[in-house]
Amino acid sequence: MKKLLLAVIGASLLLGAMGANATPEQDRKEVLEFYKNKFPNLKFDDYVNGALGFSADALQQYKAIMEFPPYDSEFDKGKKMWETPFKNGKKYADCGNVGKNMAGHYPYFDEKLGKVVTYEMAINSCRKANGEDEFAYSDMKTMGLLTAYSRSLSDGMKMSVKVEGAKALEAYEKGKQFFYQRRGQLSFSCGHCHMQQVGTTLRTEYLSPALGHAVHWPEFRGGDTVTTLQTRYVQCNRQVRAAPFKQGSEEYNNLEYFHSYISNGLPMQTPVFRK
Amino acid sequence: MPKSTKLMFAAGIVGILLTTTGYAQDKAAEKAKEPTGQDIALNNTKGNCLACHLLPGDPKAVTSANIAPPLIAMKARFPDKNKLRDQIWDATKINPMSAMPPFGKHQILTEQEIDKVTDYVYGL
Repeated sequence: MKKLLLAVIGASLLLGAMGANATPEQDRKEVLEFYKNKFPNLKFDDYVNGALGFSADALQQYKAIMEFPPYDSEFDKGKKMWETPFKNGKKYADCGNVGKNMAGHYPYFDEKLGKVVTYEMAINSCRKANGEDEFAYSDMKTMGLLTAYSRSLSDGMKMSVKVEGAKALEAYEKGKQFFYQRRGQLSFSCGHCHMQQVGTTLRTEYLSPALGHAVHWPEFRGGDTVTTLQTRYVQCNRQVRAAPFKQGSEEYNNLEYFHSYISNGLPMQTPVFRK
Repeated sequence: MPKSTKLMFAAGIVGILLTTTGYAQDKAAEKAKEPTGQDIALNNTKGNCLACHLLPGDPKAVTSANIAPPLIAMKARFPDKNKLRDQIWDATKINPMSAMPPFGKHQILTEQEIDKVTDYVYGL
């Protein structure tokens, strides 16, 4: 009995105060409350800066680096891809589902398709509609660079992900479950590092807050290596020695859905430099 | 060449051969040397203790980690060494919320490696 009780307490603590029947909006408010209590000195918008918010020194260095971002030439490649017309003469911007002030609406649940649609999927459907081959979601030279620029056109807009309807809720719940599920030989959940232990130091690095994660991707890591959010999921899963899913998989799409929803209301900021 | 010089020369060559083979053997022995508890504990593909713990008693463990409690005064904290070993083997047995990887349960380390790491940590 004692064991069972411990397990129940454990599970409920791990989910924060997130009850199984909580609505997404209740989840989001509880996440906000959790961070507010844990870091009373941080303001809501500070979470856009990720782990940099935990160190004034690191944030200052970041700002100095961003005066002349080391990824400029890579970023320009993305811009060129975005502006180059398709063979039929049309451009990405003509599709209407990607571009200026669009990224904050992704992922969304598409009732007709019956699944979560990410910004990258919208880019591909735009390409397909114009008779072009789709890009691989794992290809950072195409999808990574293109979305680094394309998503930057939504800078400043608020993350506004919606979960409406039973099927959307189901996908969201799957993403949330993924987030709090232990995985891999090392047996970490996303929540262990980015909720439970957030703000502590892993060897020499601060563990970043889940709140605000989704608003600043793709990142240029290590200077100029473009990395999409789902490519980071692959890396995270490998780090805990779990077999990663593929970028664009339903598992990661659902995770991104939950992960983005909890950042609703934060301004988008792409791209950024990270170590 | 006088006979004595010849002999000395030969002796010198033998000497060089002996020392070089001896040296090679030493090197080989060093390579095959079993990793110590400290080696395993600090190796980032093995114990990687310093990713989460400070190890104030070991100057080789350079880290600023503070995810988990510092590994210090372990004998006082774990009068029963077996409990320390159990903690390394699977920390979720005592605390289901623990973020510590279950080194034994998930075979991240072998039983012998866990014994060595336990000895090392117990001495901190």
